[in-house]
Amino acid sequence: MDTVKMKPIWYFVGLLLLAMGAVLCFSGIYYFYNPPAWHPILAELHPNIWWGAFMAIGGVIFILANRNRRV
Amino acid sequence: MSAIHLAFTDWVIIAIYFAFVLGIGVYLKRFTRSQEDFFLAGRKNSSWVAGLAFLSANLGALELLGMTGNTYKYGMYVAHFYWIGAVPAMLFLGIYMMPFYYSGRIKSVPGYLKLRFDEKTRVLNGVAFAVMTLLVSGINLYAMALVLHTFLGWNWDVSMWTSAATVAVYVTMSGLMSAIFTEIIQFFLIWSGLFLVSVLGIVEIGGVREVFHRVPAAFGTLWSTSADASLNGMAVTWGGIVLGLGFVLSFGYWTTDFLVVQRAFSAKDLRAARMTPILASFFKMCVPFLVIIPGLIALILSKDPSTGFALLSDGGHINYDSALPLLIVRYYPIGLVGLGITALLAGFMAGQAGNISAFNTVWTYDIYQSVINKKASDKHLLWMGRVATIVGIMMSVGTAYWAKSFPSIMDYMQAIFSWVNAPLFATMLLGMFIRRITPSGAFWGLIAGMGSSVTMFLAVKFAWIDARVITMSGVASDMAANFWRAWWAWLICFVVTIGVSIFTEPKPDSELVGLVKGLTHGEKTDRLPWTKRPEFYAILSAIILVILNIYFW
Repeated sequence: MDTVKMKPIWYFVGLLLLAMGAVLCFSGIYYFYNPPAWHPILAELHPNIWWGAFMAIGGVIFILANRNRRV
Repeated sequence: MSAIHLAFTDWVIIAIYFAFVLGIGVYLKRFTRSQEDFFLAGRKNSSWVAGLAFLSANLGALELLGMTGNTYKYGMYVAHFYWIGAVPAMLFLGIYMMPFYYSGRIKSVPGYLKLRFDEKTRVLNGVAFAVMTLLVSGINLYAMALVLHTFLGWNWDVSMWTSAATVAVYVTMSGLMSAIFTEIIQFFLIWSGLFLVSVLGIVEIGGVREVFHRVPAAFGTLWSTSADASLNGMAVTWGGIVLGLGFVLSFGYWTTDFLVVQRAFSAKDLRAARMTPILASFFKMCVPFLVIIPGLIALILSKDPSTGFALLSDGGHINYDSALPLLIVRYYPIGLVGLGITALLAGFMAGQAGNISAFNTVWTYDIYQSVINKKASDKHLLWMGRVATIVGIMMSVGTAYWAKSFPSIMDYMQAIFSWVNAPLFATMLLGMFIRRITPSGAFWGLIAGMGSSVTMFLAVKFAWIDARVITMSGVASDMAANFWRAWWAWLICFVVTIGVSIFTEPKPDSELVGLVKGLTHGEKTDRLPWTKRPEFYAILSAIILVILNIYFW
């Protein structure tokens, strides 16, 4: 029987935010230099770059705060 | 409108979500060893985990789409569903009701009815809840396929079977724990995926003040047009809002619906269980930012032809649910579209998982163990929970196909909660606070309450009576009829329960210890510092609620 305690949900939330944030941020940077044919309203604000970065940073904080925790 | 085209990056975001929820199911399976692990997530969650799951169990995609559309129709009145229609009930659950639920170490809401009253009341509520949950689960599945087909052009069958199979895999492996984990992930995805719709909308319109300046005056207020039903789009008076929504429907749902209350049962101790709905109430008050603001923005944009924004129309009927997806397409670049769609997908799937995890618990404990196999072992119940998960998912899929054949069934879903939860709240309230209430009183009160609610619904639906008889006003919308029907069902259950109790035998006090006020001694919190007491946070939440209502009066 497995007696090891599990990692808290916040660790997985961090991984998810980091993974999705990184994809958003890097794809935003790519499309900044290679603009797609279709532009949404307020595309000039490049929300995917800064929102992706914000999510990734949030993810890293969650991961670091919970990397050694077990519940 | 042509279907939304997803780019490679959008698909990567969606794929990450599916990989995570399946991976979490596999990871958690090794920690799911007993029936308590499967049905109650091991009873070791903190108030934060249980609180966010408590909130997210109700924060489905259908609600987000529907409430944004309702804001387009009714304006700020929709905020009543999040403020007076939720917060007082959540605080009442945390402060007054949770000690009765948690002290008895019960595993389900029908389980409380068994201890407080008797087996027949438990089975009656268990069967009603199981049927309601499967219907709601199936309709949600149908709604998800409808949304994905309409906006993304996805195939009906593939959408339904893929999401149902994914939910079946991870709930079967680790039960409530995986449902709670995915609900918390859903919470973060919904906020990160939809927050920018409001932000970018506000930027385009020119600020929050400008948003409220450009909507009709009655659409920006909460109470000032509620004295006369004809003055507000919802066609409801303050009486209907307070009695129907704020009291009966809200308290009936938030304090007795096992789908949400089950999350609090997973808390590690009584204080954490009491803090669960109280913490959730703070986040609940923030949800209007995700639904009210986009609804108002969609309204402003659609009234200005130069914006090129218009809701979808099906055969001359405006599709109000299209407001949020159309705003996502309007503002989101590649990648963020994928995140927005993932947020809606997560909302649908977590809602499905929540319904199924509540169903498998009620089926296993309150119907199977109670009626069919009273001597089932721990291992057998765990097996039965997993079987019930698979069967529940299959029945949901069947209900979804049924709904596809009869789309008008969607109309009935709005009323289901007032059939089951509104009378149950009267039973719970009386049972928890008055010792004299008898098992026979509770049983016949529930029968009368549920029966009258269904009868009133059918009477209005088939025009046997006018809805204004129920709403007691000159005008009546479906929403107003829902509010008032809930109130009458509650009142009928309340009166019949008391009436029958007067003439029947109550249970002795010795059998009610821990279940009724005056005979329950919960965990003492008066020695805790005031900043750790649930009462402190409940007062704080109530103050914020009052301020919000006064500000948007």
